Amino acid sequence: MRKLHMLDAVNAAIHEEMARDDKVFVIAEDVGEYGGVWNATRGLYEKYGAIRAMDTPISEAGFTGLCVGAAMAGLRPVTEIMYMDFITACMDQLVNQAAKADLMSGWQMELPITLRAQYGSGSREAAQHSQSLEGWFCQIPGFKVIIPSNAYDAMGLLKSAIRDNTPCIFMENRNLYYDVIELPDEEYTIPLGEAKIKQEGNDLTIVTYGMGVPVCEEAIKKMPNASVELIDLRTIVPLDFDAVLNSVKKTGRLLVVHEATGAFSVGSEIVRRVVENGFDYLDAEPLVYGNLRTAMPFAGNLEDAVIINPDGVVEKMKYLLTGIC
Amino acid sequence: MGKKELQCRQNLKTMMIMREFERVIKDLANEGFVDGAVHCYTGEEACALGVCLNLNDDDYVFSTHRGHGHAIAKGLDLKKIFAELMGKASGVSNGYGGSMHLFNPKLGFMGGNGIVGGGVPVSIGTAYASKYLNDGKVTVCFFSEGASNEGWCHEAMNMASLWKLPIIFACENNLFAATTPSYKTLANPDIYERAKAYDMVGVKCDGNDLDDCIKTVKKAVDRARKGEGPTLIEFKTYRVEGHCRVIRDLEIFRPKDVVQWWADHDPIKVYSERLIEKGIITEDELKVIAAEVDSEINEAIQFGKDAPLPDKEEFLKKISERYAI
Repeated sequence: MRKLHMLDAVNAAIHEEMARDDKVFVIAEDVGEYGGVWNATRGLYEKYGAIRAMDTPISEAGFTGLCVGAAMAGLRPVTEIMYMDFITACMDQLVNQAAKADLMSGWQMELPITLRAQYGSGSREAAQHSQSLEGWFCQIPGFKVIIPSNAYDAMGLLKSAIRDNTPCIFMENRNLYYDVIELPDEEYTIPLGEAKIKQEGNDLTIVTYGMGVPVCEEAIKKMPNASVELIDLRTIVPLDFDAVLNSVKKTGRLLVVHEATGAFSVGSEIVRRVVENGFDYLDAEPLVYGNLRTAMPFAGNLEDAVIINPDGVVEKMKYLLTGIC
Repeated sequence: MGKKELQCRQNLKTMMIMREFERVIKDLANEGFVDGAVHCYTGEEACALGVCLNLNDDDYVFSTHRGHGHAIAKGLDLKKIFAELMGKASGVSNGYGGSMHLFNPKLGFMGGNGIVGGGVPVSIGTAYASKYLNDGKVTVCFFSEGASNEGWCHEAMNMASLWKLPIIFACENNLFAATTPSYKTLANPDIYERAKAYDMVGVKCDGNDLDDCIKTVKKAVDRARKGEGPTLIEFKTYRVEGHCRVIRDLEIFRPKDVVQWWADHDPIKVYSERLIEKGIITEDELKVIAAEVDSEINEAIQFGKDAPLPDKEEFLKKISERYAI
């Protein structure tokens, strides 16, 4: 076993994939000589040189576009958006180019691109460094959207993303970066599209991912008598809907928790599908709990008032289990 | 006729095919055989041909929304181009792309683009891959003076020069961006001068003179292949037709004397007169070539009309896998 935190796991996964396949390379701002502003790409430049660990100008459209072309030519680029908020600067390259080129060509090409995006709220980084934008990419046909909640999953999922032949958005929550856990020494991958049942239970299904996982785990600890099934989706697209529906069939109650604001969200979609496919199994109205719908304020007391937290989860749990607000 | 003379004859014929293609495509649209947006390349034939005559089959070309001429010049099958515009399974993109998305990766034709300038950052990706793989290939990115005003063009050119990528930025300055004339959009009408800002070679050429295009592009391709970095070539040319089939902008911004000047400098007129003057072809031979063009175009149209539609079931199956959620 090896003790790693999520950043180490991300770093190790990239190292292993680059050693395994010489078509894999990283390119983005600061990922080369410095090793990434979060140190996720440390050691690659020394080992593989600039061409496989390339520092770019602050040109998100330029280097994500480059990734699309490089993938068309048979390479497997891994790029990084330092804060997911900056992804707005390259939306054309992602949405109109990366996601569509395979269909537009009549399936004559594949686009094996992995885009790592660091994100998260709760660390006082204000309105342009705090967004969870997974919903945008879920809505566009063509992307896989992957959001690990721990080092073990990050390692296995990132390796699968890099080996996948379609564009993958891989989101890493900075507040989860430093939680250390034990990982096996031997290599493993985790298939994209398989949720993880973190805890089995009979009375309530909580579906979450990313930062939502530790938040819900803490909430569950505060409700020791509740029998809760906790599902970590791990990949949002493709979605392991069977895991969700099977759980709701058993519990009859559903709560979806995520950092993204609830309106028009991943949670909305999961609720829609549960209602369409499992209406008769529901004993209560399904709920979505997300960050409040607002641009993120800077002041700590204000940010804390709008982001998901264990007490907020507990409140929803109590309502679903007792019907009392 | 010697080899050189035969090549000249073929060049003239290819430009005439491009011209005739655009003429008949309007008829086909009016007759209901062609749907959707169609952006005619009429008047710019020498640019595409001048570029592609300098390329190998496996060199990369990125095209634009106005890309029929690029595809013909790169050697894509005329029959399959017609079939694509008719939405047929035998099309170059299997009927999935249409006029703006002609693809043939095997011939290095990496697609048109419905986003003006969208292909520019993508194109530095194949060039990056060529440097990475040391495969000796050159990339040409067609764009226009309209696209030159998109920010990501600046990003891509800066990176291409920074890393001495084997790429030619082929700017077809046809004086119109959609309906707006370039004097209303360009602070400096000489786009090639922007190259200076990137420490890149920038040159202009007469985009209506095939020989000037061939000569100018050759130098740029030689430099790229030798690892001496990118070139920005500005082809001074003129968009004879309106922006597209459905936007009728010919009644505005088109002073008669200007239209006449460009008609006098029409690339096919210039080139055919030169060949006649040099005694390479005769007036009679010109008629023979026109008849050959007519026959090839008619055969290709018939191929398109006879071709089958894309299979709906196959499509639905494919997208249920590719876009699984």
